[in-house]
Amino acid sequence: MGNAADQVFVILERWLVGHAPAELQPILSSLLSVIALLVVFASLFAITTILERKGLGRIQNRYGPNRVGPFGFLQPLADGIKSLTKEDIVPHAADKVVHFLAPVVLVVAAFSLYAVLPVGRNMVLANLDAGVLFFFAVGSVMELTIFMAGWSSQNKYSLLGAMRAIAQMISYEVPLILASVTVIMAAGSLSTVTIVEKQAGYSGILPHWFVFTPWGFAGFVLFMIAATAESNRSPFDLPEGESEIIAGYYTEYSGFKFALFFLGEYLGMFAISGLGITLFLGGWTAPLSFLTWVPSYLWFFAKLLAMIVIFIWVRGTLPRLRMDQLMNFAWRFMLPMALLDLVTAGIWHFLAHGIARWILCSLLVVVPYVLLGRGLTQGWKLEKRVYRFAE
Amino acid sequence: MLGEGIAKGFVETARNFFGSYFSKDRLTTVQFPEERLPQIEATRDFPFLVYDGEDWQAGMRCVACQICEKECPPKCIYIEKSKDKKPDAVGKPQFYPAVFNIDVSVCMSCQICVEVCPFEAIKMDTEFELSTDDRFGGLLWDKAELSKSNAHYRKVHPTDAAASDAILAEERAKVEAKAKSAGKVKAIPTSPATGSEVSSTQ
Repeated sequence: MGNAADQVFVILERWLVGHAPAELQPILSSLLSVIALLVVFASLFAITTILERKGLGRIQNRYGPNRVGPFGFLQPLADGIKSLTKEDIVPHAADKVVHFLAPVVLVVAAFSLYAVLPVGRNMVLANLDAGVLFFFAVGSVMELTIFMAGWSSQNKYSLLGAMRAIAQMISYEVPLILASVTVIMAAGSLSTVTIVEKQAGYSGILPHWFVFTPWGFAGFVLFMIAATAESNRSPFDLPEGESEIIAGYYTEYSGFKFALFFLGEYLGMFAISGLGITLFLGGWTAPLSFLTWVPSYLWFFAKLLAMIVIFIWVRGTLPRLRMDQLMNFAWRFMLPMALLDLVTAGIWHFLAHGIARWILCSLLVVVPYVLLGRGLTQGWKLEKRVYRFAE
Repeated sequence: MLGEGIAKGFVETARNFFGSYFSKDRLTTVQFPEERLPQIEATRDFPFLVYDGEDWQAGMRCVACQICEKECPPKCIYIEKSKDKKPDAVGKPQFYPAVFNIDVSVCMSCQICVEVCPFEAIKMDTEFELSTDDRFGGLLWDKAELSKSNAHYRKVHPTDAAASDAILAEERAKVEAKAKSAGKVKAIPTSPATGSEVSSTQ
């Protein structure tokens, strides 16, 4: 029975496709999966916006939106109608074609990321042999669209935001990919499906997720920090820092194009969280061996929601970094940590099972963390500022 | 060690998040249309014309001297003087405004009209829910819309209203004393409602 519930969507799709002539079946099958992904993740976006606004409100001791519908949960609907009915203004000097293409390409690229994410057992749109590579390749298209938006707007703030975004995303792409390489080394495959299958076993009741190893834990934390930077979310939201450069690269966007940027940004965040789940948190596998009867896709979405909650919590807690802090953190902390983590993963692989392996690899993670952290914070001695005229 | 401050921050925000569900004192938001904070006495936004007694036309304090019209920085006041005269708040026969318009969309709430008015006739109101679907006609108030009773003024700004009443009472007494010393039998017509109102506040 548990198996039927687990595979219900797969069986439903096969049944629907079975009615079509044989030569149309592969196309129809992909089409159905694409529609399902579009609907599910677009609604997840709507739910996340309201959860985020309410969560941030509560963190700041406010109510958050509570007027539209029961407890304000229809707010995304109202926002959607509002952005659809607003005037779409294109600046006179803007490069109209690129200005129009930027949000469209962003959303297309963001949706393409989901092609390789296994959201459940047998539930992946395309099981590519180089799935992780595909993910990062399409992910860098999103950087391009941000630069397209900033450049085509012919606005100094847009361009500044785009430049910041490029600098930040290229810097953080390095630790992001290095952190994922540890998992690719351990799993011996670039296919997301294979990576999840490698983590599907249990010792006793505990799962074989990569996050439950010293290198995997460090890799996961590095990956999530880099993912936050990649998705331009607080505390790495310099490209759209409203107190400094209005709204960064989407200053000149209004109406539904603005909403598309918003959508693309959140979709990127979900996708990269999904990749983090696939690589480190065992994808759709259950967290405890006796919970495997729960359908696999529910576990994936439960993990995804947990990641979203963490993203919201981080946004509500941490203030925005300064540009030099951002770069220092990427190159003086994240990069050496990721490289050392790569070595640790190799050592872990070749050492015999046992407590010695755990102690050695934990030390290899903790000691560099402390030392690098000290090196990073040493230049930040805070002094009392002396004002010449104000005092 | 790196990360200690971040961990502290996370604990603090989590405490705020859960605390806001358990203790109402944490939430500072006032759910506006249903709940309202009591208005502070110094609140003021747009001017109104004070009248004494029941009838706004008879009790209008304004004598159409047009000082406020000339002083108004954004020039949002428009006054036309009447041809005939009527007794003002202290009992002297005076002109009154045939037309008195204020364009609220132009008014910048500076209160200069109130400062310059020698007749205690124009004062600041506290009404702020003024949205209208007609941005031209709906925001151009004529004298009927601008007139509000002295009782209203006493309600919104009690201290200022008392001071203003005292000034008017003193002037009225002066006018009466002058009339008496002149030995005139003919009494200066005073609005009976005005007199009783002033005495009741003092």
